[in-house]
Amino acid sequence: MTNSPLTPGVAPARLDPATIQAHFADHIPAFDAHEARVAADRCYFCHDAPCMTACPTSIDIPLFIRQIATGTPDAAAKTILAQNIMGGMCARVCPTETLCEEVCVREVAEGKPVEIGRLQRFATDGLMAKGVHPFTRAAATGKKVAVVGAGPAGLSAAHRLAMKGHDVTVFERKAKLGGLNEYGLAAYKTTEDFAAREIDWLLQIGGITVKTGVSLGGGVTLAGLEAEYDAVFLGIGLAGVNALALPGEDLAGVLNAVDFIAGLRQSDLASVAVGRDVVVIGGGMTAVDAAVQSKLLGAESVTMVYRRGKDHMSASLYEQEHATSAGVKIIYGAAPVRMIGKAAVEAVEFTKGGETFTLKADQVMKAIGQTLTGAPIAQDGRKLTKRAAMVWAGGDCATGGEDLTVTAVAEGRDAAEEIHAVLMGAGA
Amino acid sequence: MANLTSNFIGIKSPNPFWLASAPPTDKAYNVERAFEAGWGGVVWKTLGSEGPPVVNVSGPRYGAIWGADRRLLGLNNIELITDRPLQVNLDEIKMVKRKWRDRALVISLMVPCDEESWKDILHRIEDTEADGVELNFGCPHGMAERGMGSAVGQVPEYIEMVTRWVKKHSRMPCIVKLTPNISDIRKPSEAAHRGGADAVSLINTINSITSVNLDSFAPEPMIDGKGTHGGYCGPAVKPIALNMVAEIARNPLTRGLPISGIGGVTTWRDAAEFLALGAGNVQVCTAAMTYGFKVVQEMISGLSEYLDDKGMALSDLIGRATPNVTDWQFLNLNYVTKAQISQDDCIKCGRCYAACEDTSHQAIAMSADRTFTVKDEECVACNLCVNVCPVDNCITMVEMPKGATDPRTGRKVGDYANWTTHPNNPSVAAE
Repeated sequence: MTNSPLTPGVAPARLDPATIQAHFADHIPAFDAHEARVAADRCYFCHDAPCMTACPTSIDIPLFIRQIATGTPDAAAKTILAQNIMGGMCARVCPTETLCEEVCVREVAEGKPVEIGRLQRFATDGLMAKGVHPFTRAAATGKKVAVVGAGPAGLSAAHRLAMKGHDVTVFERKAKLGGLNEYGLAAYKTTEDFAAREIDWLLQIGGITVKTGVSLGGGVTLAGLEAEYDAVFLGIGLAGVNALALPGEDLAGVLNAVDFIAGLRQSDLASVAVGRDVVVIGGGMTAVDAAVQSKLLGAESVTMVYRRGKDHMSASLYEQEHATSAGVKIIYGAAPVRMIGKAAVEAVEFTKGGETFTLKADQVMKAIGQTLTGAPIAQDGRKLTKRAAMVWAGGDCATGGEDLTVTAVAEGRDAAEEIHAVLMGAGA
Repeated sequence: MANLTSNFIGIKSPNPFWLASAPPTDKAYNVERAFEAGWGGVVWKTLGSEGPPVVNVSGPRYGAIWGADRRLLGLNNIELITDRPLQVNLDEIKMVKRKWRDRALVISLMVPCDEESWKDILHRIEDTEADGVELNFGCPHGMAERGMGSAVGQVPEYIEMVTRWVKKHSRMPCIVKLTPNISDIRKPSEAAHRGGADAVSLINTINSITSVNLDSFAPEPMIDGKGTHGGYCGPAVKPIALNMVAEIARNPLTRGLPISGIGGVTTWRDAAEFLALGAGNVQVCTAAMTYGFKVVQEMISGLSEYLDDKGMALSDLIGRATPNVTDWQFLNLNYVTKAQISQDDCIKCGRCYAACEDTSHQAIAMSADRTFTVKDEECVACNLCVNVCPVDNCITMVEMPKGATDPRTGRKVGDYANWTTHPNNPSVAAE
């Protein structure tokens, strides 16, 4: 007997495999050459362009778009990748609607920005499809740098350091590289195993040794790395998940959204179990990704509940609309009180404006934020300082910037530049 | 709706929009489709002498340049005159003219430069009942190598001579089509006038290479690895054509000589500009070749609406701007304007700033929040910011009132005064 959206409890294969496949197809399809040319023609080549300022990696957007418009997309790719080695992933997952495209002057003028993200993908995909890695390593410096964590921050740092001629060893706790590129993010944003393909391409620079299944305290120690390497970069992310600390949180069917997404990203989609009635608690991108993907897997009802108002939600309005158009219901201004159920969760009780209500739920996903676990170097508030002696930190684990892939790439790159300057005696 | 009925040298048409002699007017099928779409007239593609027809290349005939979104801005061609037998063309012309009495039908001609050839062709077309002839002294490619087309149009004496032959051997109205591939367009128009032409039409196409194939290292359009110069037309040539029309319209030696305006007419507005500079009608080719014959409907509605809005008849528009075309030396040097940026319309792209700061007079200020303002004390009113701004009418030139002090020069805006009386003019100082 096959399952359907109405099958009670938590069950896999609520839809037939072909439907699931179609639901998880490329969310924003790639431009073909004609579409790219048309889109590129809309760019005004602004002076001191606002899009470039808004990009955490400061990609020269007007230049790369002009390069596409003049028939040299590979040159465009180099412009992008010189600033952002994960320009291919960022083209797919950046919330461009709150970054470059939000400030595009054509957004201001017409409400229709130049489609910067899709143009960036057109350029970077083209170069990667040719198997071209456009960077080469400088002469060997004899310096060794350890990078802990192979997410966007760590890989960005590793690439830049290798390019500068240093020998880099990357330590990754999990079996695969990529961090949230591989284990987080919505599957429909990075289809066809793009995260892994991008990393294979990135590592073509050479000079990077990868060790998986190793973490601080799990095979290496910071003191040991400091002793063995000339510098250390920490890009360890936020491995902890905030708990609700509410009654019933330990009932079966209550799980962390990040774990649901990580499982989904690593599985055959038809085998991923999802509830008939799913409640997602939280208002960030993780909450949206979990809610939308639950719906796409065939959950009958998916409700996102956020304790504050629409404008406070850290998922952009675009993401919220994306969720609702996928069939997710969003309730604003409601806080969870308790999970109700015997062995497994059956409902969640909320309070909103002094009144309480319950939502039927056989699966509850918690997405109220991740936290730093362990603090190998000094903290600044809830995150690591960016530098302590010969140890640098970047990405979600470190202070500054939003917790975005693109920010992590920028911080990894900038830390690498700083490490290089210090190692070569040009900085302190 | 304004009456667009046109009477050009006695040739009547329901509107002043004619199709120029070119591929769209090569045969009855196309011409009838054009008339069905609403074109007021056509100049039938150039006929040559009786005998074996010319041959065309069988590789590409056209090259182009494009603007944003691959909008065609300029087209060139290496096609020759009609390659169909003379009698076929004559029969079709006669059939079409009988069927479409209210439309203008003029025949373009190009034969060798001897009186007998012209006499013969004029005799042969007489029976068609066409409204007039246009002498093709313009095509710059192919036929010019054989002593025809622009090879005639570049020698005023030949123009005068052939025009006289035509007037001598034909009673039909005669339009002389001029080549722009000449340094002073007034000379060939004066020659046509002396020869008795009823009108001139211009411009024919401009000698050009549209692009170079960077893999084969040959000009486009490329024929088996080689290319040749072709005739350039389309929106890109309009400014050149407008100037040449104006030069003839304001030349005392040709004043009053009717002009059929040709060169990049794409919209009603382009047409109105030619008419305002002195053209009695316009001929169109590239716009039709780009968008099809239907474009004439926008030209008709647009010109009609414009004339209604202005309360003008078509004849009021013709030549209305001619008196305002003058020489540089007569421009008012005491006319002062300053650029002004509408903050409501500005989309903060900063192109005005880049243009002014990098290439002009450093007269635009940019604030940290990307507010762009004009520094009147630096602005020379060059208009570059207006031209590079992507928003229509966001930047405008505002005239300073008489008596106001120009913050750039510290001088008061005075009465009209031009270069002929300016103290820096050596010829003034010499007196």
